[in-house]
Amino acid sequence: MSPRPVVQAVVIGCSAGGIAALHHILPRLPADLPVPVIVVCHTGPSPTDLFSSVLRRDCRLPVMEAPERGTARPGHIYVAPADYHLLMEEDKTFALSADPRVNNARPAIDLLFESAANVWGEGLLAVQLTGANDDGAAGMKEVKAAGGLCLVQDPATATATAMPEAAIATGAADWVAPLDWIAFLITSLCFSSAPAQDCRP
Amino acid sequence: MPSKHERTRAIEVDLVVEALARRHGYDFSDYAKASLRRRVAALAVTLGCPTISDLLPRLLHDEAILPTVLSTLSVPVTEMFRDPLVFKAIREHILPVLATYPRLNIWQAGSATGEEAYSLAIMLEEAGLLHKVQIYATDINDAAMAKAEEGILPADQIAKYEDAYRKAGGTRTLAQYFSLGYGFAKLSASLKDHISFAHHNLVSDGVFCEVNMVICRNVLIYFDKSLQDHVLGLFEASLSRGGFLCLGSRENLGGSAAAHHFTPLDRELRLFKKSGEAS
Ligand SMILES: C[S@@+](CC[C@H](N)C(=O)[O-])C[C@H]1O[C@@H](n2cnc3c(N)ncnc32)[C@H](O)[C@@H]1O
Repeated sequence: MSPRPVVQAVVIGCSAGGIAALHHILPRLPADLPVPVIVVCHTGPSPTDLFSSVLRRDCRLPVMEAPERGTARPGHIYVAPADYHLLMEEDKTFALSADPRVNNARPAIDLLFESAANVWGEGLLAVQLTGANDDGAAGMKEVKAAGGLCLVQDPATATATAMPEAAIATGAADWVAPLDWIAFLITSLCFSSAPAQDCRP
Repeated sequence: MPSKHERTRAIEVDLVVEALARRHGYDFSDYAKASLRRRVAALAVTLGCPTISDLLPRLLHDEAILPTVLSTLSVPVTEMFRDPLVFKAIREHILPVLATYPRLNIWQAGSATGEEAYSLAIMLEEAGLLHKVQIYATDINDAAMAKAEEGILPADQIAKYEDAYRKAGGTRTLAQYFSLGYGFAKLSASLKDHISFAHHNLVSDGVFCEVNMVICRNVLIYFDKSLQDHVLGLFEASLSRGGFLCLGSRENLGGSAAAHHFTPLDRELRLFKKSGEAS
């Protein structure tokens, strides 16, 4: 098999404490990151625009709300709009849904993770950060089943531990890493061209 | 690359879509796949089928299955005054224009359980226009429309809706439009009389009358580009000159063929006006 980049897309899920964690991670990603980064944060009532405008100021990569039917392009950070589920279509375009809440959340991390696993399979890196419920855990299992890579924030460094703990409990995590390492891990995986299994610890 | 398992599931979903189209005349082939796949999986669970392909014999041979299928594949989620600022803008910028017409037809496509149609009726009533309005509220989900027809909401929703109603510029109280029962609230008949709920499939049915406003929110997101284009064309054909189109907060005219017939009234709120002089 010819070597190809392990990771072709990164999906990130977070909830309580997530905005701070994202502010720690996303500005540390390099301007030439060769893959799209797609984020679901249960932002609650705060408007997505505000959230992405603060990130936009601090990130080297362009940050935007995931545009309905737009394509996920390398080197861009996409944030799910408030009050819609964000899913990936096979042609790597974004789809929104107004379906009921899943795990009490809309957007739900599970829906992004599962649909992205369908699209990128072993080329997907899923990152689960701080949060207070278990949304994302089922999605991580799907990512794993499709051959993708799973990275979970060490609960000891998380504002809310339930979400990373639930993700770890699925047994799908390839890495459990403190907040400070996560940007570095994402970056190095995105630039590595070894087959996925060789990147696993 | 999708795994073998995923590819198998994609085939299963395609087969279900084909069975539905050829056996029952409901064509979901241009729906956005990611959501559709989840719904088809949910349908398999609802009908007790271990795999998606186990749905096939049921779809092909069970005469009575269609209502269950349609109500599972189209999840009718809605609220009153969802996105209050949109309703505020309709109240402030569109209703005054509509007020100048002697008679008004409004088409609300994808009405689900009717909360959006009720919201419109309330605003029209408050603008003194309801007496000359006919609202056509359409959907493919008959179970949802039967509920809409009853006009009954759980009473505990009213407080939340009251809040949205205020944000949408409402100055009265929702309570005056509902009679409260034990645990439920019923929409007053005088509002409901101006709404007709009817089965209409945006995929296959055509224009049914000339309308002054189309409101279709959070339906196009479930369609792929080609079906979005088709449906926007249908709206364009239904609208009179100078008529208004209102889409969901994240929906766009995009590069559709119909786009050049519309000028944005408020791009952010997805309110558009059909070009040509208002008559
Ligand atoms: C998410 S709901 C939107 C409800 C409401 N407009 C709102 O925004 O709150 C989507 C609705 O579209 C309806 N729908 C889906 N496909 C349709 C079709 N082909 N023709 C008409 N309605 C359809 C579904 O049955 C469902 O009730």
